[in-house]
Amino acid sequence: MLFQPINRNYHEFSIDRDKDKCINCKVCVRQCAYEAHYWDESRQKVMHDNAKCVGCHRCEALCPTSALLIQKKKSDFRDNALWKPEFIKYIYKQADTGGVLLTGMGSPVGNIPVYWDKMLLDASQVTNPSIDPLREPMELKTFLGAKPDKLEFTKTKDGSPKLKTRLTPNIELNYPMMFSAMSFGSINFNLHIAMARAATELGICYNTGEGGLHKSLYQYGKNTIVQVASGRFGVHRDFLNAGAGIEIKVGQGAKPGIGGHLPGEKINEMVSVTRMVPLGSDAISPAPHHDIYSIEDLHQLIYALKEASEYRVPVSVKIAAVHNVAAIASGIVRAGADIVAIDGMRGGTGAAPGMIRDNVGIPIELALAQVDQRLRDEGIRSRASIVAAGGIRCSADVVKAIALGADAVYFATAALLAVGCTLCGKCYTGKCPWGIATNDAKLAKRQNPDVAAKKLVNLVHAWGHEIEEMLGGMGLNSIESLRGNRDKLRAVGLSDTEMDILGVKHAGR
Amino acid sequence: MKRVYPDKEYCIGCHICELACLTAHSKSKDLILAYTVERTSDGLSPCKHVHERGPTCVALSCRHCDEPACVAACISGALQKDPESGRTTYDREKCVGCWSCLMACPFGAIARHPLENKIVKCDLCFDRPGGPACVAACPNLALKQEER
Repeated sequence: MLFQPINRNYHEFSIDRDKDKCINCKVCVRQCAYEAHYWDESRQKVMHDNAKCVGCHRCEALCPTSALLIQKKKSDFRDNALWKPEFIKYIYKQADTGGVLLTGMGSPVGNIPVYWDKMLLDASQVTNPSIDPLREPMELKTFLGAKPDKLEFTKTKDGSPKLKTRLTPNIELNYPMMFSAMSFGSINFNLHIAMARAATELGICYNTGEGGLHKSLYQYGKNTIVQVASGRFGVHRDFLNAGAGIEIKVGQGAKPGIGGHLPGEKINEMVSVTRMVPLGSDAISPAPHHDIYSIEDLHQLIYALKEASEYRVPVSVKIAAVHNVAAIASGIVRAGADIVAIDGMRGGTGAAPGMIRDNVGIPIELALAQVDQRLRDEGIRSRASIVAAGGIRCSADVVKAIALGADAVYFATAALLAVGCTLCGKCYTGKCPWGIATNDAKLAKRQNPDVAAKKLVNLVHAWGHEIEEMLGGMGLNSIESLRGNRDKLRAVGLSDTEMDILGVKHAGR
Repeated sequence: MKRVYPDKEYCIGCHICELACLTAHSKSKDLILAYTVERTSDGLSPCKHVHERGPTCVALSCRHCDEPACVAACISGALQKDPESGRTTYDREKCVGCWSCLMACPFGAIARHPLENKIVKCDLCFDRPGGPACVAACPNLALKQEER
């Protein structure tokens, strides 16, 4: 071997090709978006370059003879508790490039506790009956938006009561779950239409993300939350009136403090028209909204959007979970938001600097518990719904989030996993081999909306069934009875401070 | 009749349909043997071919036309329209290898056998319990067997 730069030697994966099984059919060559597999003309066989493998497992999944095995390359680094391999690799890479290291997907960092895993749910025994959701009705229906503190009635001429209190608009969801914001551009049209169709079939909502909404998807408006972010991409009057809700994106859990960044390579004609940006130009959202420098400014924007949509839809404000999140959320509710969405630090992204993704923000569980408690303490909890996002992995996480005080949850990474994502984290390259985070025509069609929509529907149905089972076990027949019901949670192995923040008792108490 | 329809919007050009076809029409019914042994020894080749141009690809095979040009052109009576199933059938014994059908087919869906004076053409896997092997193998539902 001739001289190899150090980066080529310390790659992450190695491709193991079973010589007895490989028939040189080139399926892997065609599937690999990173050209790790290639046809060697002189040897007349398929060869591979381990250094190019990103560990997406696409070739492994499609190899018709199961000849491929993608493995983590055994680390060649000398053990060092301080200098973990990722830091060494970062330095090698940055010494080569001099740039900020981009990453995709949620933070894989393992030393920040996942509090979902440290909380356990209750179940009924003897003193109260559990409920069988297969035999008895179970209510998962959820309404997002401000609720009145009290209801007033007047009497009509014939003596029947009539509601006097003016109700504010709410979003009706059949499940306490929504597909969170993934912009058109960061993921392609095939997945946007799949999410729109799935949300419509399920009676839930999906969020457009900050890239506008393609005209052909306006028909799914009843199940769409349209997002306004700092770049204002694709925002116009029709867009604001296209959905069932409007969301102001202030921050994102994966990259608090910075705006979205869509590389020009991902801006094709459809994305360009929808975003209202030139073809092939980078769509970079400013870090702040330049018209929001205070809670008063936020109040103005919320009401500007309410005016623009004639007060027909609730307005949500999405923030990243950061320090003092409870005070910020209180300000947001007082500024007039009907929904507060909080995105924890484990939330996914299409592109974020690794340092920010892995070091900025706080876990959603702590933020959620604090926001719910603060809004209750201030007597304004009913003025807004809370949506928790960022690292919801399963139905138990949903149940725990709701018990901690969320009205509903957003999930996106789980939705992407449902359609084939393997968390390779290379979304920012625009070459997603699974056809998700790419607008390359050849790759994007790997997502057939018929297949994707079905999988998304199946996932939410499955989670819905599991949530019903867990609710039933706790003796509850409605998700409403679980909201903020922290008595149904117990902590294992948490410190007094953590339990105090979460507002839960230790298991055994 | 139920035909196999390709969907160019979602054909990902993986060529797995070709491999499935090859296996289904092999003696061994084993992909590895079919591809590595029978392909060279017996000239086994798929009835289906993926055509690509730029990002567009589509898997084409015999469309079992209602009025097949190949049947009209066949000089030996090897190609027939089966009135019952609607399939355009091929009798290998009768075929004399004149290639008239190849020229007549407007879709280029008939291929020459690599070794013999015979043709290779889709038979809709009529004797396969699960229906056409290509449809079953397509990873992106880009091949559908349906009535249209």
